[in-house]
Amino acid sequence: MTDMARTNTAARTAQSVSARLGRRYAAERTFRLLGLGALLISLGFLVILLSSIFAKGWTGFIQTQVALEITFDTQVIDPEGSRDPAALDTADYAALVRSALSLRLAPEADRGARRELTALISTGAANQLRHMLAAEPDLMGTTHTVWLTASDKLDMVIKGQVPRQVGAEGNTLSDRQLGWVSALETGGNIRKAFNTTFFTAGDSREPEQAGIWGAVVGSFFSLAVTLLVSFPLGVATAVYLEEFAPTNRWTNLIEVNINNLAAVPSVVFGLLGLAVFLNLFHMPRSAPLVGGLVLALICLPTIIIAGRAALKAVPPSIRQAAAGLGASRLQVVVHHVLPLSMPGMLTGTILGMARALGETAPLLMIGMVAFIVDIPKGPLDPAAVLPVQVYLWAGSSERAFVEKTSAAIIVLLLFLVAMNMVAIMLRKKFERRW
Amino acid sequence: MQTLILAGALLLMMSFAYRFGRNRVLAQVDGRPDALHSLPGYYGWWVALWCGLPAFGLLTLWLMAEPSLIRALVIGSLPSEMQALSDDQIAVLINEVRNAVLGHATANPALAMAAEHYTHLTRVGFAAMAAVALALALGGGLYAYGRLEPQLRARPRVEATVKVFLVASSTAAIFTTIGIVLSLLFEALRFFQMVPITDFLFGLGWSPQMSIRADQTGSSGAFGMVPLFTGTLLVSVVAMVVAAPLGLLAAIYMSEYAQPKVRAMAKPLLEILAGIPTVVFGFFAVITVAPMIRSLGEVFGLTVAAESALAAGLVMGITLIPLISSLSDDVITAVPQSLREGAFGLGATRSETIIQVVLPAALPGIVGGILLAVSRAIGETMIVVMAAGLSAKLTFNPLEAVTTVTVQIVTLLIGDTEFDSPKTLAAFALGLVLFGITLGLNVVALHIVQKYREKYD
Repeated sequence: MTDMARTNTAARTAQSVSARLGRRYAAERTFRLLGLGALLISLGFLVILLSSIFAKGWTGFIQTQVALEITFDTQVIDPEGSRDPAALDTADYAALVRSALSLRLAPEADRGARRELTALISTGAANQLRHMLAAEPDLMGTTHTVWLTASDKLDMVIKGQVPRQVGAEGNTLSDRQLGWVSALETGGNIRKAFNTTFFTAGDSREPEQAGIWGAVVGSFFSLAVTLLVSFPLGVATAVYLEEFAPTNRWTNLIEVNINNLAAVPSVVFGLLGLAVFLNLFHMPRSAPLVGGLVLALICLPTIIIAGRAALKAVPPSIRQAAAGLGASRLQVVVHHVLPLSMPGMLTGTILGMARALGETAPLLMIGMVAFIVDIPKGPLDPAAVLPVQVYLWAGSSERAFVEKTSAAIIVLLLFLVAMNMVAIMLRKKFERRW
Repeated sequence: MQTLILAGALLLMMSFAYRFGRNRVLAQVDGRPDALHSLPGYYGWWVALWCGLPAFGLLTLWLMAEPSLIRALVIGSLPSEMQALSDDQIAVLINEVRNAVLGHATANPALAMAAEHYTHLTRVGFAAMAAVALALALGGGLYAYGRLEPQLRARPRVEATVKVFLVASSTAAIFTTIGIVLSLLFEALRFFQMVPITDFLFGLGWSPQMSIRADQTGSSGAFGMVPLFTGTLLVSVVAMVVAAPLGLLAAIYMSEYAQPKVRAMAKPLLEILAGIPTVVFGFFAVITVAPMIRSLGEVFGLTVAAESALAAGLVMGITLIPLISSLSDDVITAVPQSLREGAFGLGATRSETIIQVVLPAALPGIVGGILLAVSRAIGETMIVVMAAGLSAKLTFNPLEAVTTVTVQIVTLLIGDTEFDSPKTLAAFALGLVLFGITLGLNVVALHIVQKYREKYD
């Protein structure tokens, strides 16, 4: 009887288990799909982010140009016929553009029409002509077809980012201007060319004249300062803590400190830079030198932590062998341990530099948000850096700055990718298994 | 630039000093290194250090003191009615002088004079610095060169110098912390002399626009940080609602389910997400996410502010996913395999094992990771600066615009150089609060993580 009962219970259990099994497997599948979904959503964000930036930004590398028959009229640029470079430099080149425009499109234009006409061409076109004439003085008095930079409004229309239909919402050109644009297009006088200005110019209020070269140079000087300060300091600290320091309260304090510094918000470092470098030492505002120093403090913990990991990876047998041959402790480190750990340290440093390159907030505090047109010539000149340039352009209201911002982001990301590639290659090439 | 050339010259002198020192000591023993106390190179280094260290030390001190000194001298040379101005106005004048030096002509003749004086002083200063530094280098090098002898204990001396350098470097982190704490405390205390600390901590209104002149009306200035704090909290909560489940589930999938190949692909991709600068995410939030949320809200008949806490929090959440997933991944993989096998042996499915065995075992580490992410969210600046807005509203509605502590720090300090108004100093008080909160969260988080790790090691 008891056997029967036991079998019965067992059967019932088996029954209920198999009844539940389907549900349990279903739950298992759901959970697994949830995990996969989370991963895919996270990676999806990356894809959406990158594709939206690239979709908006690639047109930033292209610039609309307009061909005009420019007559380098002696009467206008050099009425005295002196050919004096100083006089030529201050001459009214915009007038050449104006007369070429009205000659081509609206010979008997009134004032209003003239203003609308000149709005099609960038205000930088005059400069373009000035440089042409300075390079080739023989152009004086001759007529040439010149491709001039279009204004940002025309650029937006040609690129199709602003609706072209007359009276459409968001239309920035007048009917008359749109008519002229069609006339220019049918005459083959409008083309889209590679935007060299974007890579050679500094910042500008006019989107079509704005470039990132100033910011690139500023970033370069800042990162140079950062590297010069943080690399020796970081390596020395890592070597001291890993190879020489006794374990006591003091070194413990240093270690806790470094770990905490790694987690301090970067904006706080900006406050430090403002209070100490600018107000205490009266260093110049907006200078890459100060920016570089602040960034050096920010990436110091990263470099120290990476350096210590690299030193730890060198097996003790190397140290013992060197010491056994009579090397002093410093000789052991300098001749053997450091060279072996250098790839790891460099990898960590490059990653720290990559983080510093993208850092924005602390630089806003030390005045690197100023509007700076000139290309900086040294670490003491006022300058912007790439991410700050992105921030500045992102805040501009002109429609054309959206593509410029995205294009600047693309350049920034390319730099970051390059730095990370170097780090990965270093790791791959010199990675050693002991 | 000139300073770099000078530094280069000093380095060149050091390399000569090395060569001369090494050759001289070798000549003293007729080229037999075994008669020396140390290897010949150490004698070279010893001379080079004597040559370079004093000169570089002077260079550093000089460069640190020079800007303040020149500034004081230039101010002293200004007409007396200009000197009588307040510190801020003098700072503006000095800025103009600096600009004039850089080539932007100034209209004020007194300032043009000052600019000339400034250029003159910098020139004289640099010439003096170069002369003194080079003299020190030469003198130091010659002194050491004269004292070279075969029995000189060169190696211990050089090594002792290097060790001093190592120890000094390791204190840089301490000095940074001290610098942060002191500069924040000092300026915050000045702020609390103007605004009572209770008003700051518990005040419900935030409008830092002070009237500059006494006769101006409208803004009296209120410095209650509660709205900023709730704003920060709101954005952080939205961010964590996005990041915590996604990051955790992604980590679980990668460590428990994914094929090694998938894992090897997905991990670096998530790291890319972590490596993108936050200013890029800020732009993404403004240009793509915020309009999307607005039009989505319109579908449901909701009015969403152009700069909403939801958009900022959502994008901030995306940036935090890699942090949470990598930290959780670490602790989940650290759970001993035996625990999983025990659960499988009892007939549990994978998901049951994960939910009932692995996650409870990894919980402290996961909580620590989430706390670290919260601290990151609170300190995150660019995304909220670009996407969250400036209106200090006391609200918990994520569809409205809010402002955060970091946003206010940045906006209070952009383009402002006056250093005795409560408006600027408030930024430092906010910075102190921010520093305190993030530090506290980090200490707690690290403590939890470490305590857990000790259990299975």
